[in-house]
Amino acid sequence: MTAEEVAGRIRSGMTVGIGGWGSRRKPMALVGALLRTPVRDLTLVSYGGPDVGMLCAAGKVRRVVAPFVTLDSIPLEPHFRRARQSGTVEFTEYDEGMFMFGLLAAAHRLPFLPTRAGLGSDVMRVNPHLRTVRSPYGDGEELVAVPALTLDVALVHLNRADRRGNAQYLGPDPYLDDLYAKAAASAYVSCERLVDTGDLLKAGPVQSLLISRSLVAGVVEAPGGAGFTSCEPDYGRDEELQRRYAETPWEEFHEQG
Amino acid sequence: MSRADVCVVACAEAFRGDGEILAAGIGGAVTVLGARLARLTFEPDLLTHDGGCLLTGDVPALGETPQVVEGWLPFRDHLWLVLNGRRHVMLGASQIDRFGNTNISCIGDWARPRAQLLGVRGAPGNTRCDPTSYWIPRHSPRVFVPRVDMVSGLGTDRGAFELRRVVTDLAVLDLGGPDGTMRLVSVHPGVSVADVVAATGFELDVPGDVPQTRRPSPDELRLLDEVLDPRGLRGREVPERAA
Repeated sequence: MTAEEVAGRIRSGMTVGIGGWGSRRKPMALVGALLRTPVRDLTLVSYGGPDVGMLCAAGKVRRVVAPFVTLDSIPLEPHFRRARQSGTVEFTEYDEGMFMFGLLAAAHRLPFLPTRAGLGSDVMRVNPHLRTVRSPYGDGEELVAVPALTLDVALVHLNRADRRGNAQYLGPDPYLDDLYAKAAASAYVSCERLVDTGDLLKAGPVQSLLISRSLVAGVVEAPGGAGFTSCEPDYGRDEELQRRYAETPWEEFHEQG
Repeated sequence: MSRADVCVVACAEAFRGDGEILAAGIGGAVTVLGARLARLTFEPDLLTHDGGCLLTGDVPALGETPQVVEGWLPFRDHLWLVLNGRRHVMLGASQIDRFGNTNISCIGDWARPRAQLLGVRGAPGNTRCDPTSYWIPRHSPRVFVPRVDMVSGLGTDRGAFELRRVVTDLAVLDLGGPDGTMRLVSVHPGVSVADVVAATGFELDVPGDVPQTRRPSPDELRLLDEVLDPRGLRGREVPERAA
């Protein structure tokens, strides 16, 4: 597929999970294609980075579900900040661990999973829909019931994939990309390089095959497709381009492509 | 000996007695140096990480790649470790109150913040499940506030697991005051109790006799200068303050 074809599958109002973490291995080629569509009112589910910032800046977002939005080496994401401070996006703010349990619940087709993370904090105050459950066992502990973060679409970027959708990470951290794929009705993978299935194990061991084709609705070959975020070991973060992104008005940055 | 050296040693002291758990410095260079210094001196069983997903077998200088890797801790395992509890994290905070509730999420009303910050990140889970300490490089009434705008990290009045230490550029504090409120433990060399009280925007528990924060030993200073931070990055985080 092409990035444009993937973007064409996304409808206004959908819930879109975006893999990676902060400004690391974000599927920026797919996000870029999504920016060029007329889609609106998306709910984004993300350990947020410039993916969230760009889609907010372009007016594509109704709600962000996230424990943070950051560019890592630049701590605060400027476009997300502006969207929050001007009140143009709704925000469901979760603890990082709660957020993972939401994806885990969706991946396992469970309505919720219990955790201690979030209890006692203002996450419970600002998300009044959150409920607690009491352990049915002897301890009787009260826990937060994190609702499943079920996704219409997941977008992830990995280092290698074959045409059928078996996808491989070669960097040190898988992030939560397989969970996004498992939590979604349809998952789309972009990759640095498409390879023959028989060549996948030439680049890394079998446990680097993070996502199975059974979960994947489409594959896009997109060299540099995580740029300017990092995609180790293929490339690190382009700090200069990221700085320009953070300092340039969005319209100007976007028009320069 | 610089103020930054005193701060690093005070952060290292927060990890004393922790044994074989992850000492995770998150809130800046001084916290990372504190964890690594503790491991190289009085707490050799500590686990430390490289800032990414590697558990380091050696103890590299700040910003340097480890030569020996002893484990793998990708983000998902970090989130596991938070719930499992074998971790003592030293976090930063934009606001902290007298019960140790902290905020890194936003300033002002959450629904329409005056300033959006990071988001709560892992602070709710960290403080509920693990020993947590804080490093505040600018001790001021803007940070030490009567009430935080968004509780990210839990205080003693909201079910914190254990708040160990709050280290600042002026002093060491803990939550050992009445009803779990903040107490002055020691003031750094060159800092008076009055300085700390003036820089704190809430009533601080001040014991009758407040000692001075321990000075770094010659061996600790050598480790900082020659092994852990030869480029002096800690000095950028803690400039010397005019008295």
